Amino acid sequence: MSAGQRRLDIEEVGDITVATFTDKKILDEGNIQIIGNQLFSLVEEEGRGKIVLDFANVEYLSSAALGKLITMDKKVKSAKGKLRLCSVRPDIYEVFAITKLNKLFDMRETREQALEGL
Amino acid sequence: MSTTESFDVTIPSDTAKGREVQDQIVESLEAHGFSARDVFGVRLALEEAIVNAIKHGNRMDPEKNVRIQWEVNASYVKVTIEDQGEGFDVEDVPDPTDDENLDKPGGRGIMLMRSFMSHVAYDGGGNILIMDKRCGEEEESDD
Repeated sequence: MSAGQRRLDIEEVGDITVATFTDKKILDEGNIQIIGNQLFSLVEEEGRGKIVLDFANVEYLSSAALGKLITMDKKVKSAKGKLRLCSVRPDIYEVFAITKLNKLFDMRETREQALEGL
Repeated sequence: MSTTESFDVTIPSDTAKGREVQDQIVESLEAHGFSARDVFGVRLALEEAIVNAIKHGNRMDPEKNVRIQWEVNASYVKVTIEDQGEGFDVEDVPDPTDDENLDKPGGRGIMLMRSFMSHVAYDGGGNILIMDKRCGEEEESDD
């Protein structure tokens, strides 16, 4: 069954690509691998330059998932693109704050704020 | 209710099995009335700890096991996780929040455990992790 292979919903809003995580928990190594590949292909294969990652559905994520986000951020930056994160729940935001990744990533409260001026 | 319950489970080096134990521990926390915030923190710490034991400790060796013991009551949970790896020195793990490490993808698991639990310690040369959480306790703050 191929269900479950797709971990991100992709939408176009003008020239911006919005990728929404479909999982509540981003923990499983296999899922994280799939998410990473899907994210990286947005930059490397599809050449998308403005990307918003929407975390509205995400209730848990592990340090392994943070690793993929960091790699994604690097890829976007080296392609001279822009990446923003939005709709991160307070519990999850704390995970970014503890690891100081809130300083590495451009994080916005809502999707609207993330789209604005990107 | 102040009864303390104790559990002792041994699993193979399989993260799916680890997640089943995680669910079991979360169930026991909820049964003892831990808040959603405390449950979130303990679950996250467990995820990091069990995955570390399987991946870095046992190096995914299916012949090796991870033993997970926990005791829980209405105000406290203590978890001991023992792998069959060679151990490590926690002092050798670089600080992931240093400027030169901030954009490196690894090394954040131990930091998250320390932040979300009340105490985290390594024993037995690094292959035994002991961590506890007093519920309702706020994480340390700089201000």
